[in-house]
Amino acid sequence: MEMDWLLLAEVSLAGLGTGGLYALTALAFVIIYKATRVVNLAIGEILMLGAYAFFGLAAGWALPWWVAALGALAVAGVFGAVVERTIIRPMLGESPISVFMVTVGLGSMLVGVVELIWTADPHRLPEFMPNTPILIGDAFLAPKIGYGFMVAAAVIAVFVLLFRFWRGGVALRATASDQAAAYSVGINVPGVFSLAWIVACMVAAGAGILVGSIGGISSTMGVFGLSVLVVVIVGGLDSVPGALVAGLLVGLVEALAGAYLGGEFKLLATFSLLVAVLMVHPYGLFGTREIERL
Amino acid sequence: MTAAPILEVTNIEVIYKKTIQVLRGLSLAVPKGEIVALLGSNGAGKSTTLKAVSNLLSLENGAVSAGSIRFAGTDVSTLRPHELVRSGLFHVMEGRRIFEDLTVDENLVAATYARTGSAAARFDLVYEYFPNLHTRRGVRAGYLSGGEQQMLAIGRALVAEPQLILLDEPSLGLSPKLVEEIFTIIARINAEQRVSMLLVEQNAAIAFAVANYGYIMESGRIVIDGPVERLTRDQDVREFYLGLGGEGGARSYRDIKHYKRRKRWLS
Ligand SMILES: Nc1ncnc2c1ncn2[C@@H]1O[C@H](COP(=O)(O)OP(=O)(O)OP(=O)(O)O)[C@@H](O)[C@H]1O
Ligand SMILES: [Mg+2]
Repeated sequence: MEMDWLLLAEVSLAGLGTGGLYALTALAFVIIYKATRVVNLAIGEILMLGAYAFFGLAAGWALPWWVAALGALAVAGVFGAVVERTIIRPMLGESPISVFMVTVGLGSMLVGVVELIWTADPHRLPEFMPNTPILIGDAFLAPKIGYGFMVAAAVIAVFVLLFRFWRGGVALRATASDQAAAYSVGINVPGVFSLAWIVACMVAAGAGILVGSIGGISSTMGVFGLSVLVVVIVGGLDSVPGALVAGLLVGLVEALAGAYLGGEFKLLATFSLLVAVLMVHPYGLFGTREIERL
Repeated sequence: MTAAPILEVTNIEVIYKKTIQVLRGLSLAVPKGEIVALLGSNGAGKSTTLKAVSNLLSLENGAVSAGSIRFAGTDVSTLRPHELVRSGLFHVMEGRRIFEDLTVDENLVAATYARTGSAAARFDLVYEYFPNLHTRRGVRAGYLSGGEQQMLAIGRALVAEPQLILLDEPSLGLSPKLVEEIFTIIARINAEQRVSMLLVEQNAAIAFAVANYGYIMESGRIVIDGPVERLTRDQDVREFYLGLGGEGGARSYRDIKHYKRRKRWLS
């Protein structure tokens, strides 16, 4: 049998495209983990919240798509601020496992709320991306995946620059590195926690709008978070570059396994990747060594 | 007549986790512009005293259960740690606690949160006191030597331009030569920047070389205090803290004392 190079290229491109969205959502996870050391298992459901808020504003209230998108980001930001202030911060100093269980509960609550308002039926998001096909060489890439990837890449790039060069990025990394020392140099540590949750929830919501516009939305779309969890474990819970590399890697592996082995092998392939990486690098590809007392 | 002290600690008691009492009625004062040394054996409660003053105690489940702490005339108990830093009280914690994943420069940037005005000139000042750091400014702080890390910890305090620095064992784990170097700079900073200091040390000889006044504490309270000149003549202090028998001189640290004299001369 002859190798079909064009098919391989198209499958790989689609995989990398999805990987960009994994990377974006993983970034949201990493921001919260870095600042507050909370393993947020609700990240997939927060992504869903963003998609549904967009749906509600764009389809329900018939707002222009970009107003709806900004509105959805705002909803997610407020949600992040409230959750951090009322649920997470009071749990400061408790065992990481109880905090992590609370985020699991938060996730199921969000699913409940969404089903209550919009039912469990799947919906389609209003079209807002150009639908001219993208050709890279001879390879065809679905336009939504292509544009979704570009938006994700742009947002990620902005964040990488902010982490490096913005003073607030330095405050976040300082807090991540040593909380008491961060206080001692005048950093408002609770303020950093708050900001991290707000920003991360907005990033996840943005990813939700992109994911939802590619595959539609439903109350089960939070399972996207499962792949993201694999991504952050592979990349290292507290590593931004790790989230990016592992996001692309997991997207690629999933797509290749789906195309060449069959859809049912996707999960097996990603978890094999997870096990393989953890055997060589117990803290993920780029993770910090001393962490993880889970 | 002496001016009001910049720091006044009166009869404080500190309890960790609501059960373990560590300080039992401790009082001390730091006059404006001076260096005051706080000495004592391991576990006496020196670091706890500093954390009580900077309010970092709350991060470790500790609390001041009695007494009062006044910085520049105001009670500190209601201020959160970062607010206290912004009001001019900077705590250089035990074990340096630099941000290892950040570069030297970024460590200083982090310290700009301690101030409201521009900090650019302060960076130059830090690099003037510690030229070594300048050549390593782009390096991740975790890769610095212990001495350089201590310099960076003090550098962060300089960026903050505080009125009072709490210094917790700056000599920890450093070679005698480096200790002398760092204390020379501490004395210079005190003299040139007019910043008051409360200095916790195990090395009593070096602390006395820079300090004007000393307190010695045991199990949570002050047992001896007095001007350094008197403490160095005290028989018990000589024996137990300076490690000297009846006679023989303490290590002289002449160069450092020079700054102490000069400052007195200036003021
Ligand atoms: N977070 C804490 N929780 C409970 N007990 C503590 C805590 N921190 C310190 N202690 C106890 O308080 C006492 C004083 O500790 P502290 O760190 O203030 O001593 P120190 O004088 O600074 O000692 P060293 O010279 O070793 O640094 C010790 O008995 C210590 O065990
Ligand atoms: Mg100590």
